Amino acid sequence: MANDGVDMGRRRFLTATTTVVGGAGVAMAAIPFIKSWQPSARAKTSGAPVEADISKLESGQMLTYEWRGQPIWIISRSKAQLDALPSLDSRLKDPNSMVEDQQPDYAKNEHRSRKPELLVLVGICTHLGCSPKMVPELKPEPFDPEWKGGFFCPCHKSRFDMAGRVFDGVPAPTNLVVPPYYFVDDTHIMIGVSGGTA
Amino acid sequence: MSNRLTEAVTGVQEWFNDRAPSFNPFYRKHMTEYYAPKNFNIWYIFGVLSMVVLVNQIVTGIFLTMFFKPSAADAFASVEYIMRDVEWGWLIRYMHSTGASAFFLVVYIHMFRGVMYGSYKKPRELVWLLGMLIYLVLMAEAFMGYVLPWGQMSFWGAKVIISLFGAIPYVGNTLTEWIMGDYLPSDATLNRFFALHVIALPLVLLLLVVLHVFALHEVGSNNPDGVDIKKGPKGNRWSANAPADGIPFHPYFTVKDTFYTGCFLLICAFIIFFQPTVGGLFLEHDNFIEANRLVTPLHIKPTWYYTPFYAMLRVIPNKLAGVMTMFSAIIVLFFLPWLDRGKVKSWRYRGTGFRVALFVLGICFVWLAKIGSGPGTDPVETIIGRFLTAAYFGFFIFLWVYTAFGFEKTKPVPERVTGHD
Repeated sequence: MANDGVDMGRRRFLTATTTVVGGAGVAMAAIPFIKSWQPSARAKTSGAPVEADISKLESGQMLTYEWRGQPIWIISRSKAQLDALPSLDSRLKDPNSMVEDQQPDYAKNEHRSRKPELLVLVGICTHLGCSPKMVPELKPEPFDPEWKGGFFCPCHKSRFDMAGRVFDGVPAPTNLVVPPYYFVDDTHIMIGVSGGTA
Repeated sequence: MSNRLTEAVTGVQEWFNDRAPSFNPFYRKHMTEYYAPKNFNIWYIFGVLSMVVLVNQIVTGIFLTMFFKPSAADAFASVEYIMRDVEWGWLIRYMHSTGASAFFLVVYIHMFRGVMYGSYKKPRELVWLLGMLIYLVLMAEAFMGYVLPWGQMSFWGAKVIISLFGAIPYVGNTLTEWIMGDYLPSDATLNRFFALHVIALPLVLLLLVVLHVFALHEVGSNNPDGVDIKKGPKGNRWSANAPADGIPFHPYFTVKDTFYTGCFLLICAFIIFFQPTVGGLFLEHDNFIEANRLVTPLHIKPTWYYTPFYAMLRVIPNKLAGVMTMFSAIIVLFFLPWLDRGKVKSWRYRGTGFRVALFVLGICFVWLAKIGSGPGTDPVETIIGRFLTAAYFGFFIFLWVYTAFGFEKTKPVPERVTGHD
């Protein structure tokens, strides 16, 4: 190959600029393809709030609604379950709900709810997204001899108390999420927005 | 008459070679003049078997796409349609589902063989790396394929596996939403997994398999003695320059491989016809129930080939640490050629420490697989699982210390492969 009379500096410059411009072009052209994987407009609009009717919810019962494709639990806790909550604080990772984004401000209390007995939770384990089971009785269970009622995840054995607070020593990193909600009236809850009373 | 026929065939061959002169040397290089060591044993059939399974997966997969509907609303019903209404549809689907498990079985044995005989060592590091990439792509391919029937395990398995990426700090949630195209596994997820499963990943897989074989044929096959036949004496019946201990791949090994392929297919046929789910091992019972995003199955577990890694995830009580341990368990295998500093390849001539360690590694893998496929409620099992996870990683640390600091007492390696004449 005869390289006589070739301006190598000019050649390097041209090679470099062509590579940069071409690379930028490829990067730009990739954006539409990458963005096409984002939740579509249709998926986004299906995240609208849901109204739940709690007129028939008795003490100790649970209702499940669906919001953004996630199970939303509405649980009416008994007095015994509520009374047991403070006794568990020492065994929990985050007893005072200090982790932000796991609950709205009005649920940042001992019972993690607007009304003490009525608990609203996203029924999705914060570990890897399974749906835990409610094990409400205050009696010894195979997975915990001092069980005071709560939720047990079948996938990776994470445990939560009756306020959705996570126990120490389980894989789930944070408490169960409390979604935004407000009371429309005494028997109806709007799930998905905090409403004007927040 | 036969003269005419021979002439015609030769004529066509000449016509072809005139126009594509590089095809014939290519065939010779990879088949009739690829000299493989004559002391191959039964451990050396699993590479070919994995190719047989790959062909099975492609052929049955193409036919399944003719009847499968990649939407959350129709997917489960279309699989049932294949099973009940499509003529021979059940056979095609069971060939595909059994093939998936068979693929992993032969690939795991193939990899274990590589460690036994030191096939990843110089000059075959690249062959090992390409093989590991194949294994990674295969895991992604099998995972996405398992999501497609949209049963309970498809949905919840997808949910758990995709959530693993949520453990990555800062970008985790955005990333999982990007992968799913929704806030949970949905129609969008199923549709894109279908595209990846039937087009994107198979193309990558085929390319990698070709590169894996080409890379192997550049350096030549290892053998149970770990002796490099290219460095031994030259000259065999076919060529004066070829290794004396090598014999042509075709017809010698093609015949051997065909025989073993027959045996292998016989076993596969037994599974397909009599035990297609293998008691929930190859196809889990919960996956015969349509996906329900509000109800989690009692025991979520992946198919058996992921369970050793899944067990590691489950026994570690911290999400990020668990996910990182699980991925490290696979990534560490990539570094095997550089962790193992021993010069002797085959375990026949390696130190006792290596043999014991490899045996322990095998036990860890199988036992973790058992723990990962169980319900996981037993606290004692969690302790055992942690111990086994530590032992799994311990193998790689031990191997490096054992070989890099001269603790290994090897036996003399023979000059030529054993059993040569």
